[in-house]
Amino acid sequence: MKRIDPEKNFLLTRKETGYVDLKDATAEDYRRIGFMSGLEVHQQLKTRKKLFCRCMAGIYHDHDNFDAELIRHMRPTLSELGEYDGTALMEFRTRKQIIYRINNENACTYEVDDTPPFPIDREALEIALEISLLSKLNIVGEVHITRKQYLDGSIPTGFQRTAILGVEGEIQLSGKKVRLIQLSIEEDSCREVSDIGHTRIYKTDRLGMPLIETVTYPDMETPWELAEAAEYIRFLNRSTGKVRTGIGAGREDVNVSCRGGSRVEIKGVAHNSWIPLLSHNEAFRQFALLKIRDKLLKRNNGESTPEISHREITPADRHLITGPVSDAMEKGYRVIAIRMANCRGLLSHFIQPGHMFADEFSNRLKVIACIEKPNMTHSEATEQLFDQPFWKKAADFMNCMENDAVIILWGPDEDIPTAIETVEERLQMAYKGVPNETRKSFPDGTTIFERVLPGSDRMYPDTDSAPIPLTDEYIESLRKDIPVDISERYRQMIDWKIPEDTYRYLLSKNMVPLIENISADYGFDPCYIGRFLGHRYKNLEGKSKPHKNFSHSIIGEMFGFIASKRLDPEIAFPMLKVLYEHPGMRFESVLTTIGYRPATIDEITEPASFLYEKFRQERRSDSEEAGINWLMGQLRKQATGNIPMEDLRERLTMLTEKTNNL
Amino acid sequence: MAEDIFQGYKGRALELLKKYNLRVWGQARINTTRGLFTGTVLPRSENDDDLHIVLKIVTGYNIGIDVNTVTSMEETGYQKANYKIPEKEFPYSDDKPTVKLFGTGGTIASRLDYRTGAVIPAFSPGELYGAVPELADICNINTEKLFAVFSENMGPEQYITLAKAIGKEIDNGADGIMIGHGTDTLHHTAAALSFMVQDSPIPIILVGSQRSSDRPSSDAALNLMHASYAAGHGDIAEVMVCMFGPTSDDYGFLHRGTRVRKMHSSYRSTFRTIGDTPVATVTRTGLTHIKKDARPRRKDRKVKILPYFSEEVTMFYYYPHMKPEILDSLVDMGYKGIIIVGTGLGHVNRELYPALQRAKEKGVSVFMTLQTIWGYVHMFVYETGRDMMALGVVPLGNMLPEVAWVKLGWVLGQTDDPEKIKEMMLTPVTHEITEREPYNGYLVYQGGVPEVEEFVRRFRK
Repeated sequence: MKRIDPEKNFLLTRKETGYVDLKDATAEDYRRIGFMSGLEVHQQLKTRKKLFCRCMAGIYHDHDNFDAELIRHMRPTLSELGEYDGTALMEFRTRKQIIYRINNENACTYEVDDTPPFPIDREALEIALEISLLSKLNIVGEVHITRKQYLDGSIPTGFQRTAILGVEGEIQLSGKKVRLIQLSIEEDSCREVSDIGHTRIYKTDRLGMPLIETVTYPDMETPWELAEAAEYIRFLNRSTGKVRTGIGAGREDVNVSCRGGSRVEIKGVAHNSWIPLLSHNEAFRQFALLKIRDKLLKRNNGESTPEISHREITPADRHLITGPVSDAMEKGYRVIAIRMANCRGLLSHFIQPGHMFADEFSNRLKVIACIEKPNMTHSEATEQLFDQPFWKKAADFMNCMENDAVIILWGPDEDIPTAIETVEERLQMAYKGVPNETRKSFPDGTTIFERVLPGSDRMYPDTDSAPIPLTDEYIESLRKDIPVDISERYRQMIDWKIPEDTYRYLLSKNMVPLIENISADYGFDPCYIGRFLGHRYKNLEGKSKPHKNFSHSIIGEMFGFIASKRLDPEIAFPMLKVLYEHPGMRFESVLTTIGYRPATIDEITEPASFLYEKFRQERRSDSEEAGINWLMGQLRKQATGNIPMEDLRERLTMLTEKTNNL
Repeated sequence: MAEDIFQGYKGRALELLKKYNLRVWGQARINTTRGLFTGTVLPRSENDDDLHIVLKIVTGYNIGIDVNTVTSMEETGYQKANYKIPEKEFPYSDDKPTVKLFGTGGTIASRLDYRTGAVIPAFSPGELYGAVPELADICNINTEKLFAVFSENMGPEQYITLAKAIGKEIDNGADGIMIGHGTDTLHHTAAALSFMVQDSPIPIILVGSQRSSDRPSSDAALNLMHASYAAGHGDIAEVMVCMFGPTSDDYGFLHRGTRVRKMHSSYRSTFRTIGDTPVATVTRTGLTHIKKDARPRRKDRKVKILPYFSEEVTMFYYYPHMKPEILDSLVDMGYKGIIIVGTGLGHVNRELYPALQRAKEKGVSVFMTLQTIWGYVHMFVYETGRDMMALGVVPLGNMLPEVAWVKLGWVLGQTDDPEKIKEMMLTPVTHEITEREPYNGYLVYQGGVPEVEEFVRRFRK
């Protein structure tokens, strides 16, 4: 077993994989690797109550603010084929003790599975149906509550109650139509407090809140299309004005594969802006794993079953007790060496920026065997934790062949069998290609193993809930109130000639209907209102939070007031700044607050000649323009709301010309 | 009988399925005014309406199709589901105790048919081992299905069958007995067996679950493990109920069959010992005594089986201003024993007195128990109580109302002599009346008080 320079090897294999940075990637790169991707968009609904109990929705609390804790263990249930589901088995192997924290304000006995479900929240059902109609889905005739198993403990029952409302819909992106598989309504899960060793703690505040999930077909062929689809669905949901916004209210699961790869689900992406890099890196990770597979198969004469062996390093193996091995033994851990057949040069193989193949093993050890990191090292680690001859001795200890590598792992006695199994199983998977799994995302665009992807045998009917019929009359009554399509909103903004840089903001804040109303009801130019909201209001919002009673409808009423008083619209922004902090103030009082007094153009410009004379005496510039600007500055406040600024400038230009010509 | 290819469908939905030759388990393409739906046709629950067809779509979810929207349907394939619990041979080991598990029909261990949602009970040792393999680490298990009824349909006939079967099994040398039972009337059966099986040399443990075992968070597996331990290794040879102590997956309680009651419709920790402490706590590896007076396990095989029950027993729950006709009609219907569940210390209104007098004259035995659940009947405290005793009403101390009903049925099954009945009712067989109520026998704390909140937050898992 010859020594490999891991850093050099990492760069070399990165190049072999053909990895390019996202910013340099072209559509051709994605065609080359066969990028394919779909979305599962989760969106919380703005309801008063939770979905299956009568607790208030949307009351969150800190990790330590709880009234009680209780403990559960999740047992796998057999699938219909009499097999344990892959995830089920993994979760059971982890033998996690799950602790739930309960706050009486937002959780009852339903959340902790000590009371059967109450009938579904009708408000939530109605909002979800509206969004289903907007998504052009075929609405089901009867809603069947289904149980979807989750054994990670994120739901105390061990399953999520969920139901399909519609199937086979579509959304229209700028370049293509994207097909939707289905939309479901479901209860949100717990939020994780911590996950250390064999104990995972959850809090139940978010648990049970109404959520919808829109699932697309894997129609997206580039990361940019993926991001566009995610944005579109988010805007569509928000266009109803009946969904929650803010951190965690909308979350995406991104399904990615490359040609020959497998469906991998990147869970809980909180920001759409992260989607391109995450999906880009995942597709290339799969591409790299396929390269690794090809190399393994070649070295193993096409055989996909490697010879793996492991051996415990005991205190008797004195020549190996050094560095991390001795550290682990001092902690009372057992230490195991594993012969990684044909893995020379592959443990340090590139898979993601900053992640090598060996990291896949370490991450699984943490999740499946519950051994906290550092839980292993290997013969191609970049950090040199041993003296140089160590790995030679380790290779001899394991009877390694020339193309083999070695992993050394450690952990508590009770976790060692699972740990060995975990490493051996992952290596076997490497000979087959890309494992189906869910992965957790990081802001740097990389992902790590989270869970085995659950099989399809984890759905079964909820025997605690009766089906809910949806009659044609009911559907049609809902259809009457659904908002305008997002693609139509884009078209409107283009027609109104609103600057493109405002689109994202206006759609995400659902402000297009406001523009439409202000312009239709009071005759303002929609382009003006669009810029007002998309630039000036956005700027204001970026600086500080509004008073809790402030709402967009106040902006509409304010423009109504401006129109009725025949004020110049420039008064809108100073008024808005006051209303933003004092939304209860009467509009008349707002005018007083900002010092508005009605005046004609003559009254406003009456002091202009005197002022201009003063300017000429103290002038620092000869330019006439400077003079007018100075005058504008002096008179702007009095003019605001009374006359357009262009009119003021025109009048001042006339005046100064007259004075100058004297 | 020909196989039902339209399982559960009726009326309009059935007509439609027949018209288009679409069977249950057929793969269907259904065109509707709401668009196209594809999936597998599932059986329909008998009690649901006749206006919808149930499909399992490819993503695994179920949906219903409104028959009024259907324009055409087509069967494109057919695959019938066959769902069975996998059987694995229960590993027998000589060094482990052998426990007999009687099945009564409750779903202590079950699997859900993923396609229909039907619950399939797991019962044979092989099935149980497939579902809860840890049981094999505790004991050897033999099983016998005595009947298959829901808990609410358990009654005297079943009590008698069970008692006899237990007697036989003790003869056969079992180290312990477990009875799988639905939870609703678990405590009635526990009381009945407490009277019918006396001086058992081995533990007799009744066990159930509040969440069926097709759920990942079910309490069934842990209850079974606790019960197996108590039956196989435990040193307490009494009739006991073994269910969750706290609502968490932690330890179980062993409750005396005559002092236990289901106290919450859905909590896991629903069974509580009333007016005393539980006998012991149990985990899958050990048992910790709480009561010091537990009857110890014995090596002999002696046991008294008294499988008697008369159904001429009833009970009524008193409410203010109850009319005497109620009691009169019970007497007229021929009931020989009546348990009153009275208010406060054991009272009914004066209007009932003539009816009580009449019952006494007709030789009906009338006993008093309490709606308060906790505490003793004290009929000497008020004059009304003394009046009622003069009318023949016998106070039953702190015997629980359900236990009193069971015991009276058991007593009447053996004698119809009113004096003998009274004597037997007032002579405790096994703690159904206790001499004293310990201070910690009544613990119903209320939330909101700082010290209770502190306790709940820190200790009550």
